[in-house]
Amino acid sequence: MDNLIFGINGPVITLLGDTGLSLMEMVYVGKDKLVGEVIGINERETTVQVYENTTGLHPGEEVIGTGNPLCATLGPGILSNIFDGIERPLKDIEAISGDFISRGVTVPSLDEHREWNVTLTVNVGDKLSSGVIYATCPETPVITHKCIVPPALSGIVEQVKPNGKYRINDTVVTLRDDKGRLHELSLCHKWPIRTPRPTAKRLYAKAPLVTGQRIIDTLFPVAKGGTAAIPGGFGTGKTMTQHQLAKWCDADIIIYIGCGERGNEMSQVLEEFSNLIDPKSGRPMTDRTSLIANTSNMPVAAREASIYTGITLAEYYRDMGYHVAIMADSTSRWAEALREISGRLEEMPAEEGFPAYLPSRLSEFYERAGLVESLGGNQGSVTIIGAVSPQGSDFSEPVTQNTKRFTRCFWALDKSLAYARHYPAINWTSSYSEYLSDLSQWYKSNVSEDFLDCRARITQVLQEENKLMEIVKLIGADILPDDQKLVIETARVIRVGFLQQNAYHKEDTYVPLSKQLMMMRIILYLHRSVQAVLATGIPISRIISLGLFDKLIRMKYEIPNDKPKAQDDYFTQIDNALKTL
Amino acid sequence: MILSMIIEYMGVKEINGSIIVLDGVKDLSFEETVVIHLDNGQERSGRVVQIEGERAVIQVFEGVKGISLTNTRTRLLGHPVEMPLSTELLGRILDGAGRPNDGLGDIFPEKRRDINGTPINPVSRVYPRNFISTGISSIDCLMTLIRGQKLPIFSGSGMRHNELAAQIVRQARIADDSDTDFAIVFAAMGVKNDVADYFRRSFEDSGVLNRVVMFLNLSNDPIIERILTPRCALTAAEYLAFDRGMQILVIMTDMTSYAEALREFSASKGEIPGRKGYPGYLYSDLASIYERAGMIKSSRGSVTQIPILTMPNDDITHPVPDLTGYITEGQIVLDRTLDSGGIYPPVSPLPSLSRLMKDGIGDGFTRADHSAVANQLFACYARVQEARSLASVIGEEELSPNDKKLIEFGRLFDNKFINQGYLENRTIDQTLDLGWELLSVLPREELDRIDDKMLEGHYNPDNQ
Repeated sequence: MDNLIFGINGPVITLLGDTGLSLMEMVYVGKDKLVGEVIGINERETTVQVYENTTGLHPGEEVIGTGNPLCATLGPGILSNIFDGIERPLKDIEAISGDFISRGVTVPSLDEHREWNVTLTVNVGDKLSSGVIYATCPETPVITHKCIVPPALSGIVEQVKPNGKYRINDTVVTLRDDKGRLHELSLCHKWPIRTPRPTAKRLYAKAPLVTGQRIIDTLFPVAKGGTAAIPGGFGTGKTMTQHQLAKWCDADIIIYIGCGERGNEMSQVLEEFSNLIDPKSGRPMTDRTSLIANTSNMPVAAREASIYTGITLAEYYRDMGYHVAIMADSTSRWAEALREISGRLEEMPAEEGFPAYLPSRLSEFYERAGLVESLGGNQGSVTIIGAVSPQGSDFSEPVTQNTKRFTRCFWALDKSLAYARHYPAINWTSSYSEYLSDLSQWYKSNVSEDFLDCRARITQVLQEENKLMEIVKLIGADILPDDQKLVIETARVIRVGFLQQNAYHKEDTYVPLSKQLMMMRIILYLHRSVQAVLATGIPISRIISLGLFDKLIRMKYEIPNDKPKAQDDYFTQIDNALKTL
Repeated sequence: MILSMIIEYMGVKEINGSIIVLDGVKDLSFEETVVIHLDNGQERSGRVVQIEGERAVIQVFEGVKGISLTNTRTRLLGHPVEMPLSTELLGRILDGAGRPNDGLGDIFPEKRRDINGTPINPVSRVYPRNFISTGISSIDCLMTLIRGQKLPIFSGSGMRHNELAAQIVRQARIADDSDTDFAIVFAAMGVKNDVADYFRRSFEDSGVLNRVVMFLNLSNDPIIERILTPRCALTAAEYLAFDRGMQILVIMTDMTSYAEALREFSASKGEIPGRKGYPGYLYSDLASIYERAGMIKSSRGSVTQIPILTMPNDDITHPVPDLTGYITEGQIVLDRTLDSGGIYPPVSPLPSLSRLMKDGIGDGFTRADHSAVANQLFACYARVQEARSLASVIGEEELSPNDKKLIEFGRLFDNKFINQGYLENRTIDQTLDLGWELLSVLPREELDRIDDKMLEGHYNPDNQ
């Protein structure tokens, strides 16, 4: 039966009558075969959202169903690649349509001609269940791709190809399931992007995602398999923070989703990541990164899909046993895409025009994070770090508020810190991490017994300063007694010397936990020593004039990341300087 | 001879705000252009914005005044709204819909393009990193403009944003390139006739008038036409930049009027409003304009945008500046207090920002100390604000010696660094040296963003 377009309203088209299409089915729209997805069906009409610009579409053009939901193709070739929101490789689109993206370009998601050096890991007669690895190939010099039996498929190996070079669609293993049907396994399979990939069980998060950023690792850590939100107005450094995390965090694989953001930013990511040599492997960052770029001027429906495409790719690598981190920049643009489509469907709006299902969509998304045991018994994780762009920098708006409910880490970016160029502009009073107690054992056994005590002391000084600042703002700091002036000085060292971190400085851009701990110890040692000196009646102005506080502010640049002995030098210097009084 | 059947649809079914509804329309396409003939001989244009079977909702650019249910004949043109393109555009003045209105006749087009454009493929972009010297200290040093950037000016009514834009046009030089193929595209949306005239005269004074394409939709021009103006202007800009290899600076003023036109249209179409009555797709719509800046691999041309918008009630959290700030690569924020203090340009350093600056300054672009000086000036000026608010409570006399020095630094910074003449063109070296001169007012310990080696070379407290 021919289904013909009846109505067109922006990215939303309607078809009349019983179309035989099913909900969430992928369709091709019109003579240009634009990709679309069925988003509503009732007895009168069927609604389709189109992932490309609908200018020039005529009513009466045909809509063809594919019988399948919108799927991502999963196989080797995802890494080092850059896709649009529905997993079309942008480089291949460029080859076809030039510097500007034209409509109706059909390209396969993954390179179908490239040959991979495949090693088969099963034998005839083996019984394979879902999630079991049957072949591996080096996808990039640092990541081995593991082909896994797709979920809901199992059986006995009937045929195995010898090791050698294969393309993604070549059959390498044939399985016979318990009903006697044959299944051909190639190097790739498809998975519907809106369905979470099944796992054997969820595990309790126990290790942090080490990022090398002091304020995150020390004050507000996120667990591997955890969720974090970075809300902040424009210019507060959301994107910058996400770039830093993507570059330095200790995940195996990074999926970077540029969702409704700037085109120049994506070209920057491309350029920076290919020039940045990963210290762990000595290879460019791009070897373990996949980018999804659906910039703000690309079609809005594809922006809505980009988040799901990204998380599906991440879950796929998780199932191979990798730790994956997703940077979603920005989830607010995704929520706005939902609002835009919802408006076109004339649905009843809830807060600020957002649809009533905004919270459930957000929670569905963040719940796809986690540390899991996959069906094949591998342990892997997906960590989601979502940027939120609150309208008018107002954290009470619906997207920020609902994100707060479903994430366990909240890194609130602060405009006044950003104005003073204090980066990362994460506010230490309004941010929080719920993972601290889950991770305390890890810090104790992997960093040091006193790590959390130091952290507690540091936050205590910051809190005391926060209280004192209310007085200082009214009457100035001169009036305070010396012990309170010391708190203000130490807090300054913590703020400028510890929390503020220079992303463009060679030593400071990434700082290992051991140095973070050492810096905290030195700061606290100075604080304690000065307290002792003050008790003898020496005024703090004389101590400040020694320049010790300013010296500690510069220590982040002066202590090399690989020099563990610096701590004692600083202790001695502090002792010697204070002795002169 | 080609026989084509021209079908005209008589009358309309519904009129509402800026839209008309036609029924029984056959063979129409989404966003197609229509021409509406009125019985009194008037002609209007519009485009199809929604289709339901044979019912077409049409946006009328010139407004619906004078249209009745029976007095129109509407014809479909079979293509979306297009812009005629040719290098002849340079030096011409066009109306808000891209039709010449300077009395010099039609433009003979080399090509026609859909004014909506198509998105630049992110992998085809060249990451911008060429410094544009504007000769204005506050901009060059603190929020450097980069070729291919979109850097809006956030202003308020009554502030001197037009002078600032005109000064940028006059003084802008691309550091590493000759200026041979430099041109300006100017789009006015809902601005006063005086403002458009001011820009025309200032282009004339700086001798660039024959390299300017002006699109004028003034405040008394049709409101819905305003939705087309930036798109026509950017289609022309993209053509000149990417087809003709020119360096194009696009000035668009006032984006707030544009957004209001969009709101008016959205309301008449009965759409569900988002914040402050603006349509929910305002972000995507603004992005479809601002994202048309940049550089691409296959051309040596570039499109740099300086949109100007007035913040209603000087409120930076208003949806238009707010969403703009999320799309553009920074912003230049003008400040009412500086302006009323007689400081020109009244650029407020702290909320202003250039996102592309970090990769376009420093050794090989401007000067090795640029980033350190800029960072230190920002950090010190932030402390000046704290000292000033403390001084307003306890009085300047009671401040600590360091705070007093900060106040002094703040005063010099406002009056010598930010403040500069309308005709004064400072080189980047002059600007950075001035920055050091001001920093030398402060005690050395205050300068915590600069490493010792750089301080040795430049910090000089005796040179006052």
